[in-house]
This record gives sequence, structure tokens and C-alpha cells, in this order.
Amino acid sequence: MQFSEQWLREYTNPAIDTDALSHLLTMAGLEVEGLDGVGAEFSKVVIAEIISAEKHPDADRLQLLKVNIGAAEPLQIVCGASNARVGIKAPCALVGAVLPGFEIKQAKVRGVESFGMMCSEKELGLAAESAGILEFPLDAPVGQDIREFLGLNDKLFTLKLTPNRSDCLSLVGIAREVAALTGTELALPNVEAVKSTIADTKAVNVADQEACAIYSGRLMKGVNAQATTPAWMVRRLERSGLHSISAIVDITNYVLLELGQPMHAFDAAKLSGDIHVRWASQGEEMALLNQQSVKLDKDMLVIADSIGAIAFAGVMGGSSTAVSDSTQDIFLESAFFTPDTIAGKGRRFGISTDSSYRFERGVDYGRTLQALERATALVLEICGGQAGPVTAVKGAMPVRVPTKLRMAKLNSILGITLEERLVAKLFDQLGFAYVLKAGVFEVSPPSYRFDIEREEDLIEEIARLHGYDSIPAIAPIADLRMLPSSEGRAARHVFQNALVANDYQEVVTYSFVDESWEHDLLANANPIKLKNPIASNLSVMRSSIWGGLLDALVYNLNRQQTRVRLFEIGPTYHDAANNTYAETTRISGLAYGDSLPEQWGEAARSVDFYDVKADVDHLTFGRAEYVAAEHPALHPGQSAKVMLDGKAIGWIGKLHPKWQQHYQLPKGAVLFELDFAALQQCKVPAYSEVSKFPPIRRDMAVLVEEKVAVSELLNAMQGANVEFVTEIGLFDVYRGKGIAENQKSLAFFVMMQDDQKSLVDADADNVMVSLLDVVKKQFGAELR
Amino acid sequence: MQNTSLESLIPEAERDFSACANINDLEQAKAKFLGKSGSLTEAMKGLGKLSNEERPAAGAAINVVKKAVEAALKARRDAIMLAEQEKQLAGESLDVTLPARGQGKGGLHPVSLTLARVESLFHSIGFDVAEGPEIESDFYNFTALNIPDNHPARAMHDTFYVDAADGSLDYVLRTHTSPVQVHYMQDAMKNKTDMPLKIIAPGRVYRVDSDATHSPMFHQVEGLWVDENISFANLKGVVQDFLQRFFERDDLQVRFRPSFFPFTEPSAEMDMSWNGGWLEIGGCGMVHPEVFKHVGIDAEKYRGFAFGLGVERLTMLRYGVNDLRHFFNNDLRFLQQFGR
Repeated sequence: MQFSEQWLREYTNPAIDTDALSHLLTMAGLEVEGLDGVGAEFSKVVIAEIISAEKHPDADRLQLLKVNIGAAEPLQIVCGASNARVGIKAPCALVGAVLPGFEIKQAKVRGVESFGMMCSEKELGLAAESAGILEFPLDAPVGQDIREFLGLNDKLFTLKLTPNRSDCLSLVGIAREVAALTGTELALPNVEAVKSTIADTKAVNVADQEACAIYSGRLMKGVNAQATTPAWMVRRLERSGLHSISAIVDITNYVLLELGQPMHAFDAAKLSGDIHVRWASQGEEMALLNQQSVKLDKDMLVIADSIGAIAFAGVMGGSSTAVSDSTQDIFLESAFFTPDTIAGKGRRFGISTDSSYRFERGVDYGRTLQALERATALVLEICGGQAGPVTAVKGAMPVRVPTKLRMAKLNSILGITLEERLVAKLFDQLGFAYVLKAGVFEVSPPSYRFDIEREEDLIEEIARLHGYDSIPAIAPIADLRMLPSSEGRAARHVFQNALVANDYQEVVTYSFVDESWEHDLLANANPIKLKNPIASNLSVMRSSIWGGLLDALVYNLNRQQTRVRLFEIGPTYHDAANNTYAETTRISGLAYGDSLPEQWGEAARSVDFYDVKADVDHLTFGRAEYVAAEHPALHPGQSAKVMLDGKAIGWIGKLHPKWQQHYQLPKGAVLFELDFAALQQCKVPAYSEVSKFPPIRRDMAVLVEEKVAVSELLNAMQGANVEFVTEIGLFDVYRGKGIAENQKSLAFFVMMQDDQKSLVDADADNVMVSLLDVVKKQFGAELR
Repeated sequence: MQNTSLESLIPEAERDFSACANINDLEQAKAKFLGKSGSLTEAMKGLGKLSNEERPAAGAAINVVKKAVEAALKARRDAIMLAEQEKQLAGESLDVTLPARGQGKGGLHPVSLTLARVESLFHSIGFDVAEGPEIESDFYNFTALNIPDNHPARAMHDTFYVDAADGSLDYVLRTHTSPVQVHYMQDAMKNKTDMPLKIIAPGRVYRVDSDATHSPMFHQVEGLWVDENISFANLKGVVQDFLQRFFERDDLQVRFRPSFFPFTEPSAEMDMSWNGGWLEIGGCGMVHPEVFKHVGIDAEKYRGFAFGLGVERLTMLRYGVNDLRHFFNNDLRFLQQFGR
């Protein structure tokens, strides 16, 4: 909502300056988001009357003017404008005046002294182009500063109104609010009923008297549709951001701005029969004023004549009955449609108008007829003609149910203590009628407020008027109780810090991704799609974070990075049963480039599967197991499911070479992604006795076939539960000289200990025999 | 005579020992005096030939010499060891200014730094962390928050809709973290959780908007405190306390401006003082009775406040980041500035 300060101050004029007014409105919840001047800045330009004009003795195109600026002596001015002539009034920039871009000095023009300059609109910065000097009406007061005369010392306020404050979508509404906030007197335009001079009427039928609680209209005949809109009206419209279109349209717009009542004028000659306010039939077609053809739904209200719809009620008029230059008779409409009737209807066609914007938020139903009278008077004044009597169909008018405000509730919600007397005064300022009984106000909200239905609405009004600034910031008083803290669930920062310590940089990538990533990397043929994506490459919800990490990798490689290690903890999105969706949080990582930062003393080597496996081991506190498995994104020979407590919780592997090529990556990348919730489950430590007896270590190297997985061997040995064994680990893998093709040598260490006695060699020998027996039987291993 | 020759062994040993450059030579030199057939060993053997009267004095004399030789030996040994150690240490000296070897260190995303700070500050006064779905039903994102169909407030949210297989538009990407309030209160009522309810709900939210100052995805932190005696003044108190602690500025001022959210009343925009002006930092208000009704909390007995803060906004102000788009470009040159 944009408006002129001068216009507002005509209705209520608090003794505060522009900035204070702006602050006042903002702090009352009517946020001022823009405060601008009008036109360019200039000074010392006054209204001058040309009293004589003679030719310049030495220049054909120049004139010597004598102008009256209300001083004792006329000024002599040299002027080149062809429209400068005796009798007209025009702006005169005096010596010392500062105009946009230049300053006026006393000067000789072709040998003749000039004491100022007659100005065009362009020179004053009032228009981009102009021909000749600006001519004022003949009754313009000589000598007056033209900023004052043109109202250029005005300021334009732009309010960012919240949807509940439809009452401030008009000058009268804002004035009412300012008066309530400041206690200043409110002087609203005086609207009197216009006496009809003709008897012509139109019958009006309203089919749904709840949706359209009041419909009023009147015929006006013999109006001059080509009349010029008066300058003051054009100025006010423009300062509210509206262009002048034609006198009749301007008048309806002016009333909309002034009173907040959307109005419409039909060309009466184009109407057939009575006016009907009815629901549209499904698919009913009509052409709107904006040249748009729409097919209406049956929950849309229309104004119709005997032929068909002539207006999309509360939204926009139809083109078939629009007023034009040739219009002579009009039917002027002022109606009230309930917010529910209008809300969302225009949006189905992508239409939001000043009218629908107001109706869907609530228009003052107490001023419907007043607005009609106001518009009628303006039409008569500007376009002439004659007005017929008003036809008004009143239906079920909205009811304002009295709402209770308990003082106790007010004070407990706000956390302060307000006196009844103050609250009563604030309601008086707001113009809310009330009855006060035993600490309870029973308030009847006015017809222009659509947001006062319950106690909290009143509490907000009182808080707002009292001033949010007047409510202190008070720390709550509460019982001190500790929050539960589960040691069996590791916090997010544990994992973040583990990866940061392993040189991974955290990133945040979009939840919506390129559909091809889902297809390619995850073989997900049906990702969750968005109806209205922000871009075609952000159109589906990710089911894995890898796409985003690869995208970030490419972004950074394109910026001369050569070693990139990224991770993200975030949601992934999945279809669930019955058309619902499931989300899981995952921790996902990518390592690219050298295993270590470039440094002395270590030979550079590209990061590989086992480097990243160590990182995953850190994340799983060494509890993870790995099972070779294939994944569409990963190298089939270098990928594994990550298992925790027997359950698959994610994947690790090298990016498949075909995707490496696809994304044009010079080197391979290693990826992992794990279910975060599973990762967070950890064991609470439980103590077991530390043996007093020394441990023994024995090593054993066995030959097995290449295809045997080390983890299976280890699991088998550990699973055999051989007495005294506390730990078995692999410390070497050897292939090559001395070992047959398709075989590998695996060297294990075995730690043994007893908590009852010191073990002797015989004990250790027995253990090693047992273990060898296990791997011999299960894997055909031989002692090397 | 015998004594004189014995005493002369001392300077002789001293001379021999100091001629030794290493421990091996010293051990050999030692044998000449203290070995099996060394001069002092021989002298001791000679004591047996002396009479009982002569023996004690002669023995004592030998002992004096022996001790002196042994002392010379030890002194020399220590000196050689020290010299060898010094030589070894000198050889092992490093350029300690050479860079360290090993893995580097990564860093956290600045939004994570902010979230961790926010969570820790609210945790310190007993707020728990709650989460909720991001693909949210229309009901939780709007209706349960008192934003019915066609309400003009829906137009304030540029909503992403999920394109369901059956063509329905029942699911949206949540436009705010406020639906978490509803889930949390519903669960709390179902589980008969004791009052007060005190949570913050950080997370991703989505709006169809993308330019220099808007990202289609960003983060919010929702806060909720429900109890019997919680007030608007308390809301102001908690928010002010948080912002002062978060920015480590005791003089930071918070300004509440009346505003409108369908799910709170009274509602306010929160501004904070910054560089001589005011900056909008989020929205807040007292939980609307309609929201309480949806979750089955008695609005006569209980009241609550709720607030929503923009995480990227907090981060930008805290670290001086001037462009929202940095947060999602994931440029390492930007992100690495936040490692520590």
C-alpha cells in the first residue's frame, strides 16, 4: 500500500515529522518498507506571471520577458521557449535556485541581463521530456514556491501490510489508525447522499445473499466519459502508484484508495436486462478487462446480465461491458463480498487485483453505500450527467460477535500489569465499543476490522497500542530439571569432528537435485518429483547425497582445486507406503586426489578404498564389517556394503569409471554413505577384569586362494572361540615370488592371555593348532 | 720404594685413560691397572707375602691408589659417554621449522557452527532439540498452524509442492520449521510428557525464491516453550538473552514490532540493533489457541511462545558473510575460512 503523506495529513495531522510518523507506523505493525520523495530536488522556483514579452534585440529565437513574481518590481528574464507569452503563469527559477544538475546565476544572454529562468517540466525534473515552459492554471498564486503549489514537499509511504490489516488498505483506514495511535483528531471526507435527478433504475437479484451481503448500484446518464481527470486526483492516484486511465476509471480507483471500497462502472448501454449476482456455472466462459479469457468454476461468483457474466465478482470486470470514450450512461457498482467468497479465486487464473486483494482480506461493509455516494458525487462533478436512485440489495450482513477480554488473561499473556483504565482508553482510541464488567471487557469490533474474533485478538490490539517497546524483556522463572542424556547415542558433533580430523570439509548441498543423478548414480527410476521446481536441474528430491558431493567436487575442480575431501550430514528422501514419504539422515563423504596433503617425506599417492575405509572405521568406532557388493554408482570390484551389528547401514566404494568419465574427473573418487541413526547407536562402556598375567603373541602365515575374503577368515577364527585367544589381527598380505598364482599369503598375529595363570608354550602351541585347523577345514588354507 | 712406585700408578693411569678416545680403548687401558694381571691386582696378590704386621698398612696404601685409579677411570668414562652422547645428539638435530607430516584437517560448514552455537546456548537453559519431516503434509505445514486453504497468508509462502504419483498436492516442502511445533506438542500430549515443553527445532526449509538475498533452501531454528505461566515478556527475555549471548554483545538491543502470523498471537517481528540501525532477525509470538486446539493442549491452562530465527542470517552477521549464495556454492576457498 503506497500513499502520499500530504493526503493522509488532510485527514489527520499529528504533530510529528515524517520520520517519526514512519517509525510510529512501523512500530504499530504497519511496516514502512519504503519512504521516498516526489520528483527531483530543487529550490527557489516560484510562480511567475508574464506581463510583457518583446523580441531580443540580437537573437531571433529569444524573447525579453518581464515577469511578476509578487515583488515590487518585475524581473527581466531572457527566455527561448516558444510558448512564453503575455498572461500565462509559469515556473520561474530565481537567481540562486538549484535545479537538478545546475544552478541559476545572474547572467547576460546575448548582451541582455537575465535575472532568472523560466522552466520546463524537464528542467525541474518533473518529466523525462517536455515541450516549452510549464503552464500553470491562470488562478495560480503569483510568487508562491512551486514545490508548495504542486505539493512536491510530499513523501510517499509504502506499507508492507500483514494480511490481517485490510482495514489499512485505504487512506481513511490509515488515517484512522494514525489517529488511534496518536490521539489526533480524525477529519474524514464528508460524504452526503446525492439526490437523484432521474428515475431510471436497474433491478438487482442476488442469488447468494451470504456471499454477497450487500449489492448496491445506480444508473447515471449523460456522463462525459472523455472529461479530463482533475490534476489533484491524477496526482493522488500517481502517488499511490496508479496511472490515470480515464475519468470514470480514475474515480472508481480514487474511491478505492480513499475509502478502501472496490468499485466498478459498467457501460449501461451494453447491459441487457437485470443485474444478477450468482455463482458461475462450471466452465462458464468470460472475457476479462485484461483481455484474458477464463473458464470459471462453479464456486466463483459473477455479476451477470440476462446474456451472461459481465464481471468476475470482486476480482475484475468483463470486457464486454467496459466503459469507453463513447460511454454516455453507466451503472456504478459498490458491493460487499465476503473474504471466503473471493479468497484464492483470482489466483487460479494467476490474477490478483486491487479489488480481489482487498475483498479476500475484508472490506468495510459499513461503507458500501457511502462509497457509492462518494463515487456518484465525483462523477457528477467531473463528468457531469444525472444520477438515478440507488438500488441496494441487503442480505445476511456479517455479524460482529462481542468478544470478551479478561484483564487477568491480558496481563498473564503479556507478562505485565495494565490498569483497566488504560485498557479502556486504548479501546476508546481504537474506536472499539465495549462494556466493562468485573474485570472483563466485552468488545464489539467495528465493521472494518476482520481480525477481531477472539480474546487473543484483543490482547494483541492492546499490546500493539500500548507499545511492544513498553513490554519489558523478563527471563522466565522455571523449575530447574536436567535434560535426559543418552550415552548410547553419539551426538552429531562426534562424527563431524571425526571427519574434520581426517581432513574432510563439511558442505551443505541442495535437497533437490538433477533427476539424471538419481537415474545414473542410484538407478532410481522414480524419484520424488517437485511440481514447481526452481530450475529443471533441481527438480527431484535426492535419495542419496552423493550427487551433491560430486557436483561440489566438480565445482571446486573447475576452480583449480586438486585435492577435495567433502562430507555432508543431511536428509535423503524416499517413497513410503500409501503415498507418503520417508526421510533418513545420512552421513556421506567423498575423497578425491592425493591421500595426504602435498608434503615432504611422504611419496604422493592417490586416495584409495582402504584410506577411506579407515575413515569409515573411525565413524563406526571400528565395529563395521564390509561385504563386497555392487552399487550402480560404484566400481564393481571396489565397493562394499557397510555392515553394523549384522545390518547393512550403507556403502563404500570407488566411483565407477564410467561416471568418472561422465563427470570428466581426471582421477577416481572414493565415496561412502552411511545411515546416521544407525551410526549413532553405540555401546555404553562396560568394565571387564584386566588380567594380571602376561599376554603371549604368536604369528601364523597361511596360504589361501585369492578369492577368500580376509574378513571371512578372521571371522571364522574369532568365531571358533578358542580358549585364551584375546585378539587376532592381520599384519601382512603377500603375493608373488614363492607363492602360486591365484594364491596369497596372509600373516596373522594372535594374542593370548589367561586371567588365572601365566600361559606356557604348550598352551600357545595348542591354540595355534586349533586355529590352523579352523582355516584348513573351512578355507583349505595351508601353513606357509 | 714400593709405595712410591705404587703412587706413580695414579698419574700413569690418568695419562693412559685420557689418551683413550672411546669406551673400548678405555676398557683395554683399564686392564693394565685393574685387570687380572694388572699392576694393582698384582700388588694385591703380593700382600700375602708380607708379615701380619706389615700387611694392613700396605693393603691400605694399595687401596688408596686403587680408589684413585678407579675414580680416574669413572671420570674418563663419564667424559667419553657425555662426548659420545653430545655427538649423537648433534647428529640427530632437526630443522624443527620443517612442516609437520600426516593428514590435514578439514572444517565445518558455517551453518553448522551457528547451529551448534544455537543448540548449546538453548541447551544451557534446558531446551531439547526436536526434528520433523521436511516433506510435510499440507495439514502440518499450514492447516494445523491456523493457515486454512485460501488464506492470504499462504500467498506469503512460496511453496514447493511434491508432485505425487496420484496427482494430488497434499505434500509440500516445509516452508518453515513451525510444523515441528505441532508434531512435538502432539507427541507430548500422546506420551503425557510433563510440562514445560521446551524445544528448539533446527532444520532445512524451502521457498520458491532464488536471488541474491533468497535461497530456495535455507535453515531456520524454531523455538517453543509451553507452560502455565509463560508470557510475552518472557519471550522477549529469552530472545534478547539468546541474541546477546550468541553475538557476545551485552549491549545488543532487541526490538519487537507487531506483526502477523496465523499461528501466534500476539505476533512480532524481531529486530536487533546492529551498526546503528535495526535488522530483522525472525518472527515470534504467543502460540495461537487454534494451534493448541489442534494438538489438544488446554489453552486456558497453558500458554506458550514460539519463535523462528533465520540461521543463514545469524551466520552472515556473526561472521561478516555478505552473500547468501556462498553457503550453498560449497567453494572450498569460502568454506576453509571457517575451519579452526
